[in-house]
Order: sequence, then C-alpha cells, then structure tokens
Amino acid sequence: MITQSEKKSILSYLLKDPRHYQIGVLGSLILLGVFHFAFALPAWHVMACLGSALTTQFIADKITGRPFDPRSPLISALSLTILLRTGSVWLSIAAAVLAISSKYLIRFQGKHLFNPANFGLVVVALLFSGAWISPGQWGTAPIFAILLAGLGGVVTGKAKRWDVSLSFLGFYAALILGRALWLGDPLTIPAHQLQNGALLIFTFFMISDPKTTPNARIGRVVYAALVAAVGFTIQFGFYNSAGIILALILTAPTVPLFDRIFQDELYQWPTLFPKFQSSRKGDTYETVQIPAE
Amino acid sequence: MKLSKYLLSSALVAASLSFAPSANAFCGFYVAKADTDLFNQSSKVALVRDGDRTVITMANDYIGDPTEFAMVIPVPTVIKKEQVHVSDSSLLDHLDAYTAPRLVEYFDENPCEMRHRLKRFSASAPVMMESAQADTARDQALGVTIEETFSVGEYDILILSAKESDGLQSWLTENGYKIPDGAERTLGSYIKQDMKFFVAKVNLEKKADMGGEMLRPIAVAYESPKFMLPIRLGTVNAKGTQDLFVYALTRKGKVETTNYRTHKIPSDKEVPVFVKDQFGDFYRDMYKTSAKREGGHGVFMEYAWDMNWCDPCAADPLSDDQLRELGVFWLNDREDDIRPMPRRGGKSMAKDVYVTRLHVRYDAESFPEDLKFKTTGDRGNFQGRYILRHAYEGEMNCPEAEDYVERVNTRKEKEIKTLANLTGWSTGHIRTLIDESGTGGFLKSRKEKEKGKSDWWDKIWSDD
Repeated sequence: MITQSEKKSILSYLLKDPRHYQIGVLGSLILLGVFHFAFALPAWHVMACLGSALTTQFIADKITGRPFDPRSPLISALSLTILLRTGSVWLSIAAAVLAISSKYLIRFQGKHLFNPANFGLVVVALLFSGAWISPGQWGTAPIFAILLAGLGGVVTGKAKRWDVSLSFLGFYAALILGRALWLGDPLTIPAHQLQNGALLIFTFFMISDPKTTPNARIGRVVYAALVAAVGFTIQFGFYNSAGIILALILTAPTVPLFDRIFQDELYQWPTLFPKFQSSRKGDTYETVQIPAE
Repeated sequence: MKLSKYLLSSALVAASLSFAPSANAFCGFYVAKADTDLFNQSSKVALVRDGDRTVITMANDYIGDPTEFAMVIPVPTVIKKEQVHVSDSSLLDHLDAYTAPRLVEYFDENPCEMRHRLKRFSASAPVMMESAQADTARDQALGVTIEETFSVGEYDILILSAKESDGLQSWLTENGYKIPDGAERTLGSYIKQDMKFFVAKVNLEKKADMGGEMLRPIAVAYESPKFMLPIRLGTVNAKGTQDLFVYALTRKGKVETTNYRTHKIPSDKEVPVFVKDQFGDFYRDMYKTSAKREGGHGVFMEYAWDMNWCDPCAADPLSDDQLRELGVFWLNDREDDIRPMPRRGGKSMAKDVYVTRLHVRYDAESFPEDLKFKTTGDRGNFQGRYILRHAYEGEMNCPEAEDYVERVNTRKEKEIKTLANLTGWSTGHIRTLIDESGTGGFLKSRKEKEKGKSDWWDKIWSDD
C-alpha cells in the first residue's frame, strides 16, 4: 500500500520533473497535429520513432547496468517525430536508434555531447535523400500553441533551462531584426520569419535539454548566442532553411569548453524515490541524487 | 496480326511496370481539367532544380502593344547570353495541362444484372495568357552597372547590378521603365542581398521579323544555392491577390515552400454529376474557399507526380525533348545510366523527373517574404481529383433495386453537402443547379413511382 505521504511525494514529484511537462506538451502537439492540424504524420512514423527509441534505451541501460527510465528517450522520440519527415519506416527507426545510442557512445567528461534528437535528425537528413526537415509546415494555430506552451513552461518553472531558451530566442530575434533593418525590409518580414513552428520547438524543447547545455548559467547564455549566430549564418548565408538545427549539432562539441571556463554542477533529473537509488562511481547519467531544488 | 498482338502485350507490360509504385492504379476516367486560365492575373513559372542548378522558364502572357512590355526580375547571379533561351509557350501549356486538377467519372452498374458498363467522356478548356510590367529605353549613370547586354530571340536583355536603390530606381525611370512607387525599398533590399536585375524588353524589329501575336517565354539557367522566386516587386502597390503557378521539376521528389506552409488542395471528393458542365466554376470557387479558410491566401499543392506516368491523364506526360527544352539538364546524362524501366507507351526509358504543381495566391500583406523552396525526398503521388458517380437509371426489376435506390440517394445527399462545403455554394443553390441540369437527380423508389408525381408541398421547403 502506498501511504498518504508517499502519495503526496509522488504527486509533487510528477509536477516537479520538467520532463513530464515536456512529454505532455510534445505528446499533445502530436495528437493535435495528427487529428486537427493535418501535419501528415503517418502512424508508422510515430510508432517507429517511439518504439525504437525506447528499445534502444532499454538495451543500452541493460548493457550499462542502469535502471531503465523511459522519459528521456520519450522526449527525444517525440521531438524526432515532430521534426523529421520521411517516407521510409527504416529511416524513422534509424534516426531514433542513432539519437539514443549517441548518448551512450559519444561522451566526454561524463556528459553526452550531442542532443540526442538533434543528432538523429541531422545525421539521417544529411545521409539519406529520403529523410528531410520541413521547417515551413506549420499553421498559425500550432505555432501559437507551441509559443504558449513554451512560455507556460518558463513561467511555471517547468523548464529548468529557460535561460538558454529565452536567451537563444532573444539573440536570434535580434539577428533577424537587425538583418531586416539593414536591408530596409518592412518589419512584417522578421515577424514572419519568427513565426515558425520548428524554430519554437527547437527553442523550448530541444536546445533547453539540461544534459547537453553548459552547466553554468552564464555559460548557457553565451552558448545560446553562439548557436543563434551559427544558425543565422547557415540560414541566411548558406540558404539552408534548417540553419538552427544544424547549428546545434555543430556547436555541441564546444560545450565542454564552456563547462571548463564557467564551472558549475552537472544537472541531475529529479528522482522518484531517492532512497532506493544507489550511486555508482562515474555514473553521472540520470537519476542518482536528490535535486538541489 | 501477330505484330499487333505483340505490340499490345508489350504496351500492357509497360503500363503495369510504370503503375507498380502506386497503390491506386485505377483513378477513374478522365473528364475535364481546371486550367490556369480560370484564374485572372495569374503567372506561370517552370522551375527545374537539381543541386544548386536552376532553370527557370517564365511564361509571357502579355497581350498588348509590345513597346509597352518590359520586365524587371531580381536574379541571384549575373546572367550571360548563353544562359538565356527563348522557349516555346506550348511547353508550359502542356505542363499546365498535364498537372491540372481533374474530374473523373464512374458509372454504377445495374444492381439487377451485375454487368460492366463504363463509358468515357472527355472535354478540355482553352488556353489564355497574361503577364509583366513597364516600358523601354536606355542610358547610364547613378551607380548602376550594366553587367551584360545581349539579345535573345525577340528580347533585348540587360543584366544590371547596382549600389544604391535610389540610383537604380532613377536609372530605370529615366530609361522608361515604369517602376511602381514604393519599389525603392524593395530594390534596396535585393541590392544588399547581392541580387542582380534581369531587365528585358521587346526588340520590335526582331519581333516583326518573327511575326506572331504572343511573346514567347524566357528561360534562364543559373547556379546558386538560392532556391527561391522573387515575388516582392510584384506585390508593391498591387491591389488584391495574385495567382502564381509554379511547376517544379526535380530529380528527387516533391518541392515545398520553406517559409510558408504548403497545403494540399482537397482531393478525391465525390460531387454531384452536374459539376461536369461547370467544372471551371467548381474549381475556381473551391480554390477560393480553400484559400479563404487560410485567410484568403496560401500555397496549395495541386499535383505532385512522377513524370513517367499519370492516372488518369489530363494530358500525356512530357516527352524527353520537351523536358530538355524546359531545362531538365540531367536527362542528357541518361544514356550512361541505364535503367530499363519503360515508360507508359513504351517509347523510352523511365526518367528521373518528378513534377510538383504549386498554386500560390498571395498579396503583400500575407506574403511579405519571397517564396523559398526546398526539394524533399517525398515521391508520393498526389493529384487534385474530383469524382462523379453516375447512378444506374435504367429499368430495375428486382428486390435489390429498392436497396440500391436508397443507397444512391444517401450518396447524392452526401455529394451535395460535400460540394457545398468545398465551394461555399448553398445547398439550395446546388439543388437548383441539379434540377436545371436535368441529370443526376434523386432516384425514385418503386413506391414513389407508383404514387406518381410528388406532393405539392414537397417543393415549398425543398432545401430541407
């Protein structure tokens, strides 16, 4: 039997873990997208991303001897589902497997280097012509919904790395606005460029991943500026509409450098029953101690 | 005799091979298509793209005094004479016909004797034209550099680069090009983005030598990472919305806009059979209603298909020669890469050409930015297709007939609602149109027939 106090702690924990909010928002976005906004997401794509991400995590956790936790792979899989377009189920699977296994295989100083969804997305889209990123396929209503959910997360403190989200959006908007002013374009153009669903998903649900951004706040703000500048250059200097998504993978290897310059504690996800978890030496990945908050 | 039999069988093999990728091999009999001439103020552009290479063919639908004709188009690079070609307007017309939204029809069998009865009709619409801008003359000054000057066909062409927008504006005005007020800002933006300006006017002597009423389309080949169409100059001072048809030809797959959402036009809808005679009105109003739901504007995909075949065909796929003329440059390399898949009709090998037809309705407010495109790896087929289903109206003497009549009437009721929803026409108006057309009305059950004519009150509230 679960006691009253345990019930309370479960509830407060459910509200506390930022991943639950993300899973809720991304999941509803997919449901809304499929049923209401006609995103043209085939069911097999959703199933393949979710299934292979969870399976990969499960196998990797078995091998490394960690307790299986479905939440992180779920977020990666949901982001992939929304941002990746493909006509082949194998590419959906490949993207999800690459995404999750990158967490275990490409590591540096106890952190994985790449944002998993970002890694899977870019590698598959670059290697195969049958997979691509569709940044323009969002109507006004979904864009508004993401903005609302993203800001909602910031306001309610559900997004633990809101500093990186907001500073990225600020820097990127400043660059876009600056370009428009320099070109003498009407302000409707930068406003239109910022109304982009992929940009907002990226801002609130991808770059905000606590595990792959610098540990210190100041580091994160500088890093956000770097991603914005690289993304802007790719988008407007090299005419690639997936600029920011490419920028994140290109700048990820600089994160250890930021961590060296601006030192701080590594982020830990909140845990359900901390007393039952044992810490292993060198296990900095997921759930070992009670969060600072 | 033997020979003809052989030809027939090889044609069937060819057809089934090229149909193989599609799940819906039978899409009904082709009846009519909705040509671009339904839309006033429309322009047509074919965009051939692979890698960084682009060939753009702009239809010249200008009708009027050729001395009045001129066009100014921002282009990403300096263009030399060899990169410009005067094309044949029939090519774009053919491409338009091949990709046009289409009406198909099916005929019900007599429910009493399950016999096949399929008929074929065809109808098509004529072709119309329209386009361009200003005036002519020449001179120099004001920070404007004439990068290239040459003549191709009936056109005199200048490639300009400029340092300042007011200089360019003055130059164009002094040289007799009518540039709309407010264009200076847009010109300035293009100059800073390092765009050049392709300026064309008609050479009257050459035009006279060549004869003919219409100006031919201009094709330009260039290499640039920018995959875009400049629409901003055309929206300066323009009132209301404009229609643009983009026929994108790629090697890989569908083309979509990256900075605007690409919608699919409603398709595979069953509508009442009278639409057959009013397909043009139907399609125009349906497009309008779809655009209205997106705020009066939008990018709509009307067709996306592998150029090797079609089902049903509104027009034959373009031949290799036609495609080459449109600038599909990779066809020339094809002799080396042998792919023994025959195309429909078995004349030549399958080609790596995928066509996307985008119908864009835009204005300055809703489309502040130029159109930017991207080629995706999506090779799924899509077509704007509307279906007529003819009920069996002959003598039916069997118990199944009652059931059939009921089913057909339910279907007809649904078709009316579909049509109303697609076009914004009222159901009352649609019922009147059905009555006026005298075809495709509701079937009468035996009881009703026996009862004779309908009651007088049936006509009062016929809308219900």
